[in-house]
Amino acid sequence: MSEDRSAAEARGDQRTVTGRDDEASALLSLEGVSHTYGEHAVLLDVDLDVHTGDVLGIVGPSGSGKTTLLRILLGALTPTTGRYERRPNLRAGYVPQVETVNWQFPVTVAEVVLMARTTGRRWPWPSAAERREVAEVLDRLGIGTLGHRHIRELSGGQQQRVFIARALLGRPDVLFLDEPTSGVDVRTRHEVLHLLADLHDDGLAIVLSTHDLNGIAAHLPKLLCLNVTVAGIGHPRDVLTPEILERVYGAPMDVLEHAGMPLVIDRAEGTVLDMRRRA
Amino acid sequence: MDVLFEPFQLAFLRHALIVCTVAGALCGLLGVFVTLRGMSYIGHGLSHAIFGGAALCAALSVNYVVGAGLWGLGSALAIGRVTRRRIIGSDAAIGVITTASFAFGIALLGMYSRVRQSIEATVFGSVLGVSAGDVWLVIGVALLTAVVVIGAYRKLLFTTFDPEVADVSGVNTARVDALLMLLLSFAILASMKVLGVTMIAAAIVVPAVIARMLTNSFATMLWMSSLIGGLCGLIGMYLSYHLDVSSGATIVLVGFLAFTVVFAATGRASVARTRALRA
Repeated sequence: MSEDRSAAEARGDQRTVTGRDDEASALLSLEGVSHTYGEHAVLLDVDLDVHTGDVLGIVGPSGSGKTTLLRILLGALTPTTGRYERRPNLRAGYVPQVETVNWQFPVTVAEVVLMARTTGRRWPWPSAAERREVAEVLDRLGIGTLGHRHIRELSGGQQQRVFIARALLGRPDVLFLDEPTSGVDVRTRHEVLHLLADLHDDGLAIVLSTHDLNGIAAHLPKLLCLNVTVAGIGHPRDVLTPEILERVYGAPMDVLEHAGMPLVIDRAEGTVLDMRRRA
Repeated sequence: MDVLFEPFQLAFLRHALIVCTVAGALCGLLGVFVTLRGMSYIGHGLSHAIFGGAALCAALSVNYVVGAGLWGLGSALAIGRVTRRRIIGSDAAIGVITTASFAFGIALLGMYSRVRQSIEATVFGSVLGVSAGDVWLVIGVALLTAVVVIGAYRKLLFTTFDPEVADVSGVNTARVDALLMLLLSFAILASMKVLGVTMIAAAIVVPAVIARMLTNSFATMLWMSSLIGGLCGLIGMYLSYHLDVSSGATIVLVGFLAFTVVFAATGRASVARTRALRA
């Protein structure tokens, strides 16, 4: 057992929650994975399997290790301790947060999508086959007529689709999305949810991180609630509970049921003025 | 009429015209990557760093191209390494490393009188003594740069636009960054004699800024910036002869004039586009 794990148990962290099930058929597998930056542990003792067809949401407060976990799953970061395995020849696609994109960069939609093809062809311009593939993936995502447009000239939903198209051009088995609805409006959020459903129908495994408990997390079939250690994993009904949420977020929350799904309510009552009067 | 063609009749001026045109195009081409990466300050910094190497070569009577080239390469790699650690920003890294090198050059200038004579031309740019060797040097560096930019176009574009995703998508971004720094230090070395330490930064930045105001496509920006840089070099050098002003200054002033005209002609749209270019 690692020192990190001993430290976690000494603090009373429970390690009964694991995301491991049928390890043999997993695309990706983590066992006892921890990661530290210097002395600071950002991830402790995480067990997780990702299978074909999984749609997994990772939720947790800022600094809870969501991005670190995503990067480890993606293979972009080697964990400090623990075992990381991925199926041989697994292809992974990554969609960054749209908020991190430089929208003024001089690049068209087709040029962004083609970035997925950095190996193989030596010439800067695309081959006929590559042009056809780009057109197909853009058509599939409903933005087939926008290939020549500058990325800034698109709506929020279309912009998100451009980066999903880039990831899909690499024909991934698993798609990772970092905060896919961060900073977008309600309509775009609905578009992203429908798009994820379509991609799942095509057999793609999807792993995403999100802060949006009601808008995104509650709609997913499987959630992992994280705050350095895994606090819960399973169906949103089993994970989005007042006990787990208070433990992870450090603030009291109520959970109601709406249309068969959990609805998380912040227990802070009244307006800011009311709070001031009470104080 | 003879006055107009006079510069073409003198061998050293023919050499200078070729060097200025090719150096302008070379700086324009690399300027696209430099400005879009938010490293506009690096041209200024690297030329100052190479000045230290040039002063040392003059003091030790060592070959200028080899000595200053190695010095510039070392400085470029040091800047890249410090910047990648992300403890301090690229502007601060450039400020620390290159200013120290420049100060070293100035110290040598004060100590050795023979250094003073050869270095003054390097600071302000001079066409006197431009040899056939200088012509072949700048043509060689320009051809090398063109081959690398065409061969590594997709990786350069991906790393410039989205370094984090390029990294997780299998692009060796550290190697791409080092390659760009290498080309930049070669370009500065080959151009410094005619453009001058104090003017070279503008020769890198101005053509790229003008091109960005005129296009939304990365590929178009590359050839357009090279063309603008080459024309500024040719016209600036030509005017330098007739006005009897230093070549570096006239080339930069021609670039500034072109910038003013394009800025006035393209209006607000061009201002919005240049937001992609960061200092």
